[in-house]
Amino acid sequence: MSLFDLRLQEIHNRFARKELSVSELVACSFDRIRQVEEKVRAFLTLDEEQARARAAELDKQLSDGGPRGLLFGLPGGIKDNIVTEGLRTTCASKFLANYEPIYNATVVERLNSAQSVTIGKLNMDEFAMGGSNENSAFHPTYNPWNTEYVPGGSSGGSAAAVAAGEVYFALGSDTGGSIRQPAAYCGVVGLKPTYGLVSRFGLVAFASSLDQIGPLTKSVEDAAYVLQAIAGHDPLDSTSARVDIPDYISALSGDVKGLRIGVPKEYVGEGVAPQVREAVFAALRELERLGAEWEEISLPHTRYAVATYYLVASSEASSNLARFDGVRYGVRADNPDNLIDLYRKSRSEGFGSEVKRRIMLGTYALSSGYYDAYYLKAQKVRTLIKRDFDKAFEKFDVIVGPTTPTTAFKIGEQVNDPLTMYLNDILTIPVNLAGIPAISVPCGLVDGLPVGLQIIGKAFDETTVLRVAHAFEQHTEHHKLRPQL
Amino acid sequence: MSIGMKEVEHVANLARLALSEEEKRLYAEQLGAILAYVGQLNELDTDGIEPTSHALALVNVLREDEERAPWPIDKVLLNAPDAEEGQFKVPAVLE
Repeated sequence: MSLFDLRLQEIHNRFARKELSVSELVACSFDRIRQVEEKVRAFLTLDEEQARARAAELDKQLSDGGPRGLLFGLPGGIKDNIVTEGLRTTCASKFLANYEPIYNATVVERLNSAQSVTIGKLNMDEFAMGGSNENSAFHPTYNPWNTEYVPGGSSGGSAAAVAAGEVYFALGSDTGGSIRQPAAYCGVVGLKPTYGLVSRFGLVAFASSLDQIGPLTKSVEDAAYVLQAIAGHDPLDSTSARVDIPDYISALSGDVKGLRIGVPKEYVGEGVAPQVREAVFAALRELERLGAEWEEISLPHTRYAVATYYLVASSEASSNLARFDGVRYGVRADNPDNLIDLYRKSRSEGFGSEVKRRIMLGTYALSSGYYDAYYLKAQKVRTLIKRDFDKAFEKFDVIVGPTTPTTAFKIGEQVNDPLTMYLNDILTIPVNLAGIPAISVPCGLVDGLPVGLQIIGKAFDETTVLRVAHAFEQHTEHHKLRPQL
Repeated sequence: MSIGMKEVEHVANLARLALSEEEKRLYAEQLGAILAYVGQLNELDTDGIEPTSHALALVNVLREDEERAPWPIDKVLLNAPDAEEGQFKVPAVLE
């Protein structure tokens, strides 16, 4: 059993009783990394020297006594599209292979205030565009449950590092499912908060109206702790919400009596693997045993969500990625003919093919003559998708279904088929379009690969989402399973 | 539906991307397939529906016009591919 299998409170108790030091816990991370990283390849950059120095500082603070931060001493990994001052941040792109940020993202500042220890930067699909981590410009990441399979994406490194026991927690980002889908594939907990709950300052933007940062952890309780540390208004992010932050941790009461669950028929129908569907219905029966009630509902515009997303997200991405021009940072091509040629050559050298594909799609959808037919149309369908949820939440507290239609697929299986790859996100995408929160929790294995249960809540109702997920988790054994690496 | 090469070249130019002939062919095909797929949105009647540009309806988030400390120049230029006299250096913009 690893130290990382201990509950957070138990770790903190052991710190207090001087039975464990932060340095030992951080060493545990690096030992594990040395043991398994060759097979998993979750990291792009490790920060061992800094991490050990930080651990020593925190140990000194332990012996001096005094208040400790919420995540005191916990080793964490950070997805490589979140900037860390002085620590290379690449977004898994050749374009930023040597980029050293001059500031910390707000979430990193908050983790530092909560006194966690950053172990390193985690692999991802380039600029967060992908669902398998195969679009990393550097190397893929492998699913710890079966290394012939993808860990999912784009936060593949984050999910794999937690599943493999290399870090206690990780931060990922989710634009169309990029926290929840890899969490499902890797058998860990992944939460996408309500849009605006967590600051995007320092998150390299992909789609500004959809991106959110969130935790990946091995338990719902840990996710609640991390959320508590990072949530809240940020004056540096004009899209961050001015809402009071509740106590997410004490919301984990274990009680779901009288909870009203809606299960969209569109989420459990054709296209979802039968064994995944079975695992979800078994989970629903478990929730019924705990006193919840569920009913089939309809979210009729579900089938338009992928199309809507790919227009909206690609359009926003084409605009956000315009800043990568070779002038102030990143790849700069040699011998350009003129300034425009500099832009063209630098971008073409630095960007991978999925990134170029989405920039092309987004540029087309926004271009003169096509804007109304594509981008504006998608924005209107987005309204219809959001309305489906608003209507459902009049009668139900949460919406539940599978996180993904299938379990993880094999490395290389879908690289040449972008459209199939996009359809893996059909169950996660609508949530981003509506801006509401959702969590994926493990709910079983199929042929040795994990299945994720998705619990979707009303805007800013993370407490209910976490409460339901926690109650389900604590009454089942799925969260105790570990991959054999 | 397919997009023509001319169209691909136009979009690549707008996006400031230099594509090889092979890339142009690949994208013409792939984008064609994707655009055909997203065309299903036309099945929906969206007359009178307001577009949603943001899930969280914030308007005019402002701050006081107060001066804040600027970044030191050496930090700003830290990742510059080419710099001179405290400025980013680029190929000539004007003839």
